[in-house]
Amino acid sequence: MIELSHIHRNFQVGDQTVHALDDVTLTIKSGDYVSIMGPSGSGKSTLLNLLGLLDQPSSGIYRLNGKDVTALSDIEQARVRNREIGFVFQMFHLVPRLSAAENVELPLILAGLPPEQRRPRVAEALEELHLTDRSHHKPDQLSGGQRQRVAIARATVTRPNVLLADEPTGNLDHTSGQDVVRILEDLNQRGLTLIMVTHDPEMGSRARRQLHMLDGRLDAELAGQAPDTPRHDTP
Amino acid sequence: MIPHSPDVARFSWGALRGYPARTLLMLTAMAIGVAAVVVLTSLGEGARRYVTGEFASLGTNLVIVLPGRSETAGLNPTTLMGETPRDLTLDDALALTRSYNVRRIAPINVGSADVSWQSRSRESVILGASHELLDIRHWKIAQGRFLPNTDLDRATPVAVIGSTIRNELFGAKPALGEWIRIGDRRFRVIGIMGSEGRSIGVDVQETVIIPVAAAQQLFNTTSLFRILVEARSRDAIQPVKRFVIQTLQERHQGIKDVTVVTQDAVLATFDRILGALTYAVGGIAAISLAVAGILIMNVMLVAVSQRTAEIGLLKALGASPRQIIVLILAEALLLSLLGALLGLLLGEAGSLVIRHAFPVLPAQAPIWAIVTALLVAIITGLLFSLLPARRAAQLDPVLALSRR
Repeated sequence: MIELSHIHRNFQVGDQTVHALDDVTLTIKSGDYVSIMGPSGSGKSTLLNLLGLLDQPSSGIYRLNGKDVTALSDIEQARVRNREIGFVFQMFHLVPRLSAAENVELPLILAGLPPEQRRPRVAEALEELHLTDRSHHKPDQLSGGQRQRVAIARATVTRPNVLLADEPTGNLDHTSGQDVVRILEDLNQRGLTLIMVTHDPEMGSRARRQLHMLDGRLDAELAGQAPDTPRHDTP
Repeated sequence: MIPHSPDVARFSWGALRGYPARTLLMLTAMAIGVAAVVVLTSLGEGARRYVTGEFASLGTNLVIVLPGRSETAGLNPTTLMGETPRDLTLDDALALTRSYNVRRIAPINVGSADVSWQSRSRESVILGASHELLDIRHWKIAQGRFLPNTDLDRATPVAVIGSTIRNELFGAKPALGEWIRIGDRRFRVIGIMGSEGRSIGVDVQETVIIPVAAAQQLFNTTSLFRILVEARSRDAIQPVKRFVIQTLQERHQGIKDVTVVTQDAVLATFDRILGALTYAVGGIAAISLAVAGILIMNVMLVAVSQRTAEIGLLKALGASPRQIIVLILAEALLLSLLGALLGLLLGEAGSLVIRHAFPVLPAQAPIWAIVTALLVAIITGLLFSLLPARRAAQLDPVLALSRR
């Protein structure tokens, strides 16, 4: 359960104050599928960063599962990011010198898990995304779609409640983009809260809840049709 | 929450291997710094050992008496024959034995003369001495024996020769018992000096030693080059010095016409010189390590900005600022450690080369210098990485991730 109330986020650009987020109040239920759309500069990425605790609101309260997370210390926020939130980026952000398996292992290392507990979980996460035979490949030996699947494995290996995806298909061709979205939707079907920023209306319209942003405000909200069950499309 | 240390080490090692140019640069800087410390201190230590070794061969608790006031003291053999206000004589030397504090004395006379055996001949330094000199100077006899223990004024025609002289005159033939000619006199070879006899100014291997009275006859003089007086203990040196000055002043009609040098004074001078040398060496070494440290700081700063996206990602994955600092410092620690070890090898190789090139100089870095160099390297590495590590920890993850 995500609750934002009266969130403001201001940036100082020269002597001008830019309201990246202007009085945003929003509640997202656990297991929901939300897309955030809007033109660039509308504040959708800022909202996502804020939800992921990568950014702090200038004012307002953010409650995650009933807990006021804006009041937490750096270390506690890092722990929340590690345990309860998964990130998927447009640029994948895999560490180039690490293999697929080692990239997936990173959040577990940061969680301080001993190696014997990490290995089965990494193997499981890679297996789920059909990457087992790629686990020792470096990112530059993988295709774009495979890289994003490694990134998704990394985001979900800690079994978070919330998955935040920032233009997850932005750097992929149509087919692998579709593939990635189906994987994300599949994860959502199994109870993961999925929040996806996109400027592609076709992608965005698949979400159960569609938020539109303009000039830092929530502009309009549409309830979309239930997404297709991914398994039907798979040949 | 700190990740397991093997994980940190593995991650840092991977990061180092991921940027080989940077890693190599920093390793080199660190290695040169540490190697400089090792080589420089081994040189300093070598010099110190060399000088103390020389002094040990000169004798211990020595008081050296030279004819003339210090301004006119002739210090090389050619000025020996020159006029000094009043000569030191064998009787002067004998008078110096009359004190409890004096353990033994050795009057010395130096000159040069032709030494020949059969058809072979060479010019050589002739040292007129007495039986006591062997023990005072801590010399060793290789073959035969040293000068006999007789009265100082007995000019026994015997000689002890250095091994170089022996080789040049006799080659492979036995020398002991043979008669050699020195100047216009004949002497029987009774001993050959061991390899110990090397001390400041005189190479005993190129010297022929004969009784002091024989040397005085040979050079037609009654004067002495100097008298070595060995005090019973370190504490006795000053009383002996006063005793010597007073005795000789009485014997020389109240005129102070000798110079008395204690080994202490000479040693103190060398101590000062070597002390200054050690400070200089330490300073140079410190500078090179500081340079290495600053280089590490620069390169780590570059490393942090090079890996901005990676650090942002680690934060997004749940790394706390502390964990980021630990990761960066672990990298620096690994670098410093590897660099220091590399430098240690390099430095040891350097002192090995020096030992081979200059066998006289026992160049060997002392343990304290090695330990200090390692510690300083690691501490500078860590210290100078604190700033880059803090900068990494404070990176704004949003900005870090948006950069390509």
